Amino acid sequence: MKRFTEKIIEGILKLSGGVTSIIILLIILFLFKEGSGLFNNSSIEKGYVLSVNPANPVKTLSPKQVKEIFDENITNWKEVGGNDEEIKTFRFEEIFDLYPDEELDGEILSQRLSDEISKENGIIAFLPERYLLTSFKGKLLESNNVSLSEFFLGKEWFPTAVPAAEFGILPLLLGTLLVSFGTIAIALPFGIAVAIYLAEIADPRIRKFFKPIIELLAGIPSVVYGFFGLVVIVPLIQKIFGLPVGETGLAGSIILAIMALPTIITVAEDAIRTTPRVMKEASLGLGATHWQTIWRVVVPYSISGIMAAVMLGIGRAIGETMAVLMVTGNAAVMPTSLLEPVRTIPATIAAELGEAPVGSTHYQSLFMLGCILFLLTLIISLSVEFISGKKKNNN
Amino acid sequence: MNTDILNIKRKRRSQAITFGLFRVLSYMVILILLVILGFIIYNGAGSISWNFLTGYPEDGMTKGGIFPAIVGTICLIIGSMVFAFPIGIMSGIYINEYAGNNWIVKFIRIMTNNLGAIPSIVFGLFGMALFVNYLGFGDSILAGSLTLGLLVLPVVIRTTEEALKAIPDSFRTGSLALGASKLQTIRHVILPMAFPNIITGLILSVGRVSGETAPILFTAAAYFLPRLPHSIFDQVMALPYHLYVISTSGTNIEASKSIAYGTALVLIVIVLLINILANFLRKYFGNKVKMN
Repeated sequence: MKRFTEKIIEGILKLSGGVTSIIILLIILFLFKEGSGLFNNSSIEKGYVLSVNPANPVKTLSPKQVKEIFDENITNWKEVGGNDEEIKTFRFEEIFDLYPDEELDGEILSQRLSDEISKENGIIAFLPERYLLTSFKGKLLESNNVSLSEFFLGKEWFPTAVPAAEFGILPLLLGTLLVSFGTIAIALPFGIAVAIYLAEIADPRIRKFFKPIIELLAGIPSVVYGFFGLVVIVPLIQKIFGLPVGETGLAGSIILAIMALPTIITVAEDAIRTTPRVMKEASLGLGATHWQTIWRVVVPYSISGIMAAVMLGIGRAIGETMAVLMVTGNAAVMPTSLLEPVRTIPATIAAELGEAPVGSTHYQSLFMLGCILFLLTLIISLSVEFISGKKKNNN
Repeated sequence: MNTDILNIKRKRRSQAITFGLFRVLSYMVILILLVILGFIIYNGAGSISWNFLTGYPEDGMTKGGIFPAIVGTICLIIGSMVFAFPIGIMSGIYINEYAGNNWIVKFIRIMTNNLGAIPSIVFGLFGMALFVNYLGFGDSILAGSLTLGLLVLPVVIRTTEEALKAIPDSFRTGSLALGASKLQTIRHVILPMAFPNIITGLILSVGRVSGETAPILFTAAAYFLPRLPHSIFDQVMALPYHLYVISTSGTNIEASKSIAYGTALVLIVIVLLINILANFLRKYFGNKVKMN
């Protein structure tokens, strides 16, 4: 009997051993399930259609063209492959300016819409689907699905634009990379210097004193870092650089660098500490100074561990949400410098998911962003695994 | 000969400069921590009062207290621990005591590290897709706790694993040689010995949970809810989300600034207490183990 219960408990232990793998599988499954619909979806709002005059030869428009047309940046059908005719945009609400309300009851409204579209040659109308009659005279534009190239290479992120939303993630991707790059540029030299100091130079008492400090720095919640950045660093940057707004990529990089420091310091220090004493003593015995030994022997020996520290720091910077959301200004434009507001992928998800209706194109695009973020960090943590695995083989 | 001495002197000087620079940078880490803590304590201390800690938010969150947020955070901490601790500890035991050293362990370890590296906002997305929508929990303590539990699971597993690894094999073989079964060995010898280290790690993971915002944005957190939760299917306010809301998108950001400082201070104090407790336990148990 006792053996039997032991067998059961051991079985449960075995199951729980696989739980992380199962969770990762579930995450992949659900993220892709929610996001994959994106490329089968039109960027035009659900329940709405775009319609043109039946005589118009244009069959389909890309979301970008639709947006340009309704922003009146494109004013002639010639520019989108049609006849040389001026474009007249028509939104559904405009029908109420043409006719008094009492003349627009029920079917009459639909009739009037149909007439309006067949009357004007250059018209393009944005209408709710439910007002279309079977006898509708206008020609419906085929709605274009969001394409892979639009998603990955598009430079405009206007997920809620009407009539056609745009889902170009390039500005978000570049924003994320820019902020991460800035973070590493600050945190890497800083962190490695501290790690070398703690592992090689400082005496053990100082090292002991630093341990809880670094732990505490790692323990401060990201939202508190964000708050500190918002009330201290953002105004400071605005003043120093004389900018119109202080919420910039630089503010994000500084805050993220502080947040990444504990990770980089701990991992790099552990790596540096693994250098065998014999190697150091041999170097010192040959007449090298302490610094030469560190630079020529210790650092090259522990370089893979230091690389792992850097990768972990980058991973932290790419995925961090709240602090970045609070200090970077969140402008979804192509970033050109660290002194402008930028928007990262995690910040976009955090800021927009609350307003995106479940199942909408916008919602799906945000889950797709989540997939991309997941893949990015997966690549990073696998390469960390690879780097530190290589090290073990060398020994 | 003379140039050699000059060379050595120059090397010495450059070494002194470099080491000096490294030392300055290291002490800057302490300075950064002190500045952040000092700034928040200095500005937040004024808004801490009994009313603030036990009152409900009023006037569009520009006045009143943060009691519902404190309660909400405690609910989420307890919920996630109930979920993550047993599974995480069992998983750690399996990896260290049973699995041996083969490709399965390697795979599990890589997966655990991967799970630990996934950004918190991705956990938020996953929690929303699985718990809130698919399983139909809605925005609730349950969904939020499960999401946070997943987030700290790798931490719990790694902590347990490290703690078990630190126990010398002689204890295992000794117990087995006395006729105990493997499970008895784990239950009566290994776990009691590893307990202090496990507890310390678990306490630190509580700190992590208490400050996480992104995973609960879409799974549990309420913007404004001036009452206490009735069941695990209720939405709650939470301290980190509250701080985010009143410092970025509140109705009147300037007027709620003192509340924001106060909330940040409460969060910092929680984290400080947890760290102090963990360090204390480490020292306390450390001495005890040595005496044995």
